[in-house]
Parts: sequence; C-alpha cells; structure tokens
Amino acid sequence: MMGTEFEQQIVELRKQVTQLKEGTKDQLSMVVFSGDMDKVLAALIIATGAAAYDMKVKLFFTFWAISALRDRDKIVKGKKLIEKMFGMMLPKGASRLKLSKMNMGGMGTSMIKGIMKKNKVASLDEMLKTAGELGIEINICEMSMNLMGFRKEEMIDYPGLTVCGVATFLSDAQESKIQLFI
Amino acid sequence: MSTEELKDLKSNKIVDARGTACPGPLLAAKKAIGEIASSEIMEIYSSEEGTKNDIPKWCQKMNHEFLGIVEEDSYSRLFVKKA
Repeated sequence: MMGTEFEQQIVELRKQVTQLKEGTKDQLSMVVFSGDMDKVLAALIIATGAAAYDMKVKLFFTFWAISALRDRDKIVKGKKLIEKMFGMMLPKGASRLKLSKMNMGGMGTSMIKGIMKKNKVASLDEMLKTAGELGIEINICEMSMNLMGFRKEEMIDYPGLTVCGVATFLSDAQESKIQLFI
Repeated sequence: MSTEELKDLKSNKIVDARGTACPGPLLAAKKAIGEIASSEIMEIYSSEEGTKNDIPKWCQKMNHEFLGIVEEDSYSRLFVKKA
C-alpha cells in the first residue's frame, strides 16, 4: 500500500520536473502586433540579436504586423470586394510601413529611412532576410490574416513561413525564457 | 589582457563591422565565431560605442572568453577567444 503511494509521488514529481525543464528553454517568443515601421524594426532587432545569442526565436505576426510580410510583387486573384479594399488600404510590404510618430504624411518616414541608410541601419526588408538566414521562425495568425483578407500566397518567400493559431503561440511562449509583445 | 599583449596577439579571424549599426556587429560576430575552431581568436572591428558593452555580455552568455579592447582612432578592436 505504502509502495504504490510512493510510486505515485515519484510519477507526480517527475511530471513537475519535466514541466520546470520545459519552462526554461533558451527561447524567445514574440507577438508582433504593430504594423508601424519603427516597432517592427525594434522587434526584428531584438529577434536577430537573440538569434546571435543562439536562442531559438519564434515570432507570431498578428493584426497590423501582417502587412510587413506581404510581398509587393505578388497579386492574388479571386478576392472579395471588401478583401480587395483592405488590401488596397493596408501597406503592401515592409518597405511601405509608416512611422508610429512623426509620419507627417509620409515625409517623416522617408526622412528616417534616409537617416537609417546614412547610419547603415538595416532596412526592414534586409532584416527579414537576415532573420530567415538565422533560422528565426515566423508564424502568421490565421484569424487576423483572414480578417484582413490576406492570403498566404501573397506573403514573402520566407523559409518555413507558417500559418497558425493562438495555441501555437501559447505553447511556444510557455516554454520560452523571454516573451514579448510589440 | 593588457593593451600591449592584445596588440601582439595574432587573430585567427578579423571581422570588420565598422560602419554597421546595431545589431550589425553582433550578427557579424555570431557568424564569424562559427568559422573558427575552439580556443582560436576572433577580432571584431566596430565603430559603435555600444558594441563595447554588447560583445563582453554576449561572450559571457556564450561562454567565450572576452580578452579585451584596443582603441584605435575611429574604431575599437575587440578580442574574443572561442570556447
């Protein structure tokens, strides 16, 4: 009788130890929500920096941030009117995103891009390419992608680009040392 | 290591990240460290002030040995010994 109780306790302890171990994976999970150029840039700098730290990096792109992953040259046919409208109103690709502040009808954004170039700060397009080379995982929230009338076919050619739901983010975040929302 | 000792050190790899901005030098270091063997020495050139704080921290995390910095006119040379 005592024996089985003891065994049960061991099983329970093992389970807890496994959970503890999983919780300390060297991994960064980030929700990229904002479609502002400056915020997406910050997200990608942190992500690539973490990859340089040999951390596994998982980005979950949702809502406005999905615009950053649109391919400027890809056209998807057969969209509904409202989807087409959204597609036209939202920025087509990372290079079309605007600053969160001081945009001034696009003037501020082009000014900052000029300064970025001068200071040799990588553009969003370049950062996305680097992120892909570093093996950073990008997941797109399917629900918000559908809300905005985007299709996976119009997204950039990013290695392993995946469409998923909140459960993917939660299971990634749960086992990550760092979780961020930008 | 003292500045004099560092100046005499023979690096196995030089990473010139001068002119690049954050996270350029860090990414360049990460890429280059994969190209040298354990105990070999990598030297990073950076014109960014922040790199001098970043690289020692990165070394600590990655278990590489940070050997020190040699200041040049418009840039710094950072020495790292691979774990």
